[in-house]
Amino acid sequence: MPLVLAVEEAYAAARRDQGFQAELDYYLEHYVGRPSPLYFAERLTRHFGGAKLYLKRDELNHTGAHKINNVLGQTLLARRMGKRRIIAETGAGQHGVATATACALFDLPCVVYMGATDIERQKPNVFRMKLLGAEVIPVHSGTATLKDAMNEALRDWVAHVEDTFYVIGTVAGPHPYPAMVRDFQSVIGEETRAQLEKAEGRLPDTLVACIGGGSNAMGLFHPFLDDPDVAMIGVEAGGHGIETGLHAASLSGGEPGVLHGNRTYLLQDADGQIRDAHSISAGLDYPGIGPEHAWLNELGRVQYVSITDREALEAFQLASRLEGIIPALEPAHALAHVAKIAPTVPRDHLIVMNMCGRGDKDIFAVADHLGVRL
Amino acid sequence: MSRIEQRFVALRAAGRAGLVTYLTAGDPDPDTSARLFAGLAAAGADLIEIGMPFSDPMADGPVIQEAGQRALKQGMTLRRTLALVRELRGADDATPIVLMGYYNPIYRYGAERFAHDAVAAGVDGVIVVDLPPEEDAELTAPAHAARLDVVRLATPTSDDRRLPSIVAHASGFIYYVAIAGITGTRSADAASVAAAVTRLRRFTDLPVAVGFGIRTPEQAAEVARAADAAVVGSSLVQRLALNLNPDNTAKPGLIDAVLTDVRALAAGVRGARRNPS
Repeated sequence: MPLVLAVEEAYAAARRDQGFQAELDYYLEHYVGRPSPLYFAERLTRHFGGAKLYLKRDELNHTGAHKINNVLGQTLLARRMGKRRIIAETGAGQHGVATATACALFDLPCVVYMGATDIERQKPNVFRMKLLGAEVIPVHSGTATLKDAMNEALRDWVAHVEDTFYVIGTVAGPHPYPAMVRDFQSVIGEETRAQLEKAEGRLPDTLVACIGGGSNAMGLFHPFLDDPDVAMIGVEAGGHGIETGLHAASLSGGEPGVLHGNRTYLLQDADGQIRDAHSISAGLDYPGIGPEHAWLNELGRVQYVSITDREALEAFQLASRLEGIIPALEPAHALAHVAKIAPTVPRDHLIVMNMCGRGDKDIFAVADHLGVRL
Repeated sequence: MSRIEQRFVALRAAGRAGLVTYLTAGDPDPDTSARLFAGLAAAGADLIEIGMPFSDPMADGPVIQEAGQRALKQGMTLRRTLALVRELRGADDATPIVLMGYYNPIYRYGAERFAHDAVAAGVDGVIVVDLPPEEDAELTAPAHAARLDVVRLATPTSDDRRLPSIVAHASGFIYYVAIAGITGTRSADAASVAAAVTRLRRFTDLPVAVGFGIRTPEQAAEVARAADAAVVGSSLVQRLALNLNPDNTAKPGLIDAVLTDVRALAAGVRGARRNPS
């Protein structure tokens, strides 16, 4: 506990310090390439024949996903706290790559815990992390996936609390992480707000984002929560379908529980043992969801739906062919849901979807599913 | 007086510290596990700690992680752990039994129902590793109502600012985690354990048990000189694991092998003269 209390204290102080925000803004602009464009997807809009679709292009960030926004914030905080060693967990490898990148930038030793199963599935990202100078430690315990990587990172942290900072990749974990990661990702929604104001002179009607732990969705949604006319939809990974039990949809197919220091919806059995998540997209493969999403679900402020592997694969190909954007499988879930709702609304209905990652990392998995040998 | 209180009073009267043994419920299989637990008191365990298996044991090292996985594969559940305690109580109504584990299975079972059923089964206390004092009222309130002790954990990083909130609603005893880390890894040196126990006693009159990193009878004896009890877990679970066939079934000598270790640890603890506290 004292370790998370120290993070909470340091983060509260950093938030009050304009110098901290200025430093973060500097790196977001010059290193990450923010603001990311808000792009009117004309061909997809025409294809769906309804809503006007904008894509928030967070896949154009350095390292190819939204993860870097949060990692830079936490790494700067770690420096401020005088921590000399960074640890992280990763599932698909995107958060691990982002953390390894920030550690290279700031000359900090970096240890990334990754499930042995995921290491096998995500070899290119493992190699990237190593190129960036990080040590990737395979986790064999439990089911050897993302939740086990998080367990192992927590075990490391309690044993090395003096010099180590744990960079958590999503809006989950013990307080203050869910709030802190949300704040660092809110740059997505804040930019969207200003960019759409400029393009359309008004607020969006609907926001759509995919959800594993839920950090990119929270980043897009949070700055709009107090605008009652903005509808929001979080898209969970439905895997083979909720009814099959093989999915990663904690809200649609989970129950309340406590894991990794937060109470939220979890995939679990009747005895409270955590069940493995399944998704074609390793980045959505977490058996929980950020606690603030659980709360927004109970309030009814955000609608949560799920999309199957098959639907995501179709959307993956659609975006590639119609917009020249190869999306990550994660936002392909969001696009698959856009495909369902866009045709049902009028042409002046504005949808913003967060294109939170690019698909280079997924081409092997997709080729495999399409029966293509690379 | 609760069984835990009675036991510590008796230990104090005998001028010695106690031995607390940890094993995971249902490891390597429910039947072997039940017979093993049934032999602990006669082998010299003064308190019996029973691990409730959990899929994601964040505070445990590989040895206890694997024990939990073996038990879960054998179909162990919280309900069956309580049934195990009920069975043990049929033969031994004196040795305190403390359950140790993680909150989600208890939360899923229902904290109030858990407190009630645990006491009815003969459980005396519960240690929940991932429930900090700030968040544990939903368990401590029904537990205290049911007269189930909630044993709180203190660690080397629990400073003077924090200790008062840790001991505030604690009961039974305080479990001092001797190292910053997970089970079955490093060991603390005797001097730092003694200093920590002295510091804890400034904040609480509850007995102090020390665990994490105690493997040998000698280490147990050293801890017994400073604390009210020494907890040994990973080394016993490791002994169990060394007596498994490749398919994780028990070899014939498994129970004897573990109980022989318990006897040696008990001899170590009993031979240690208590420092006056």
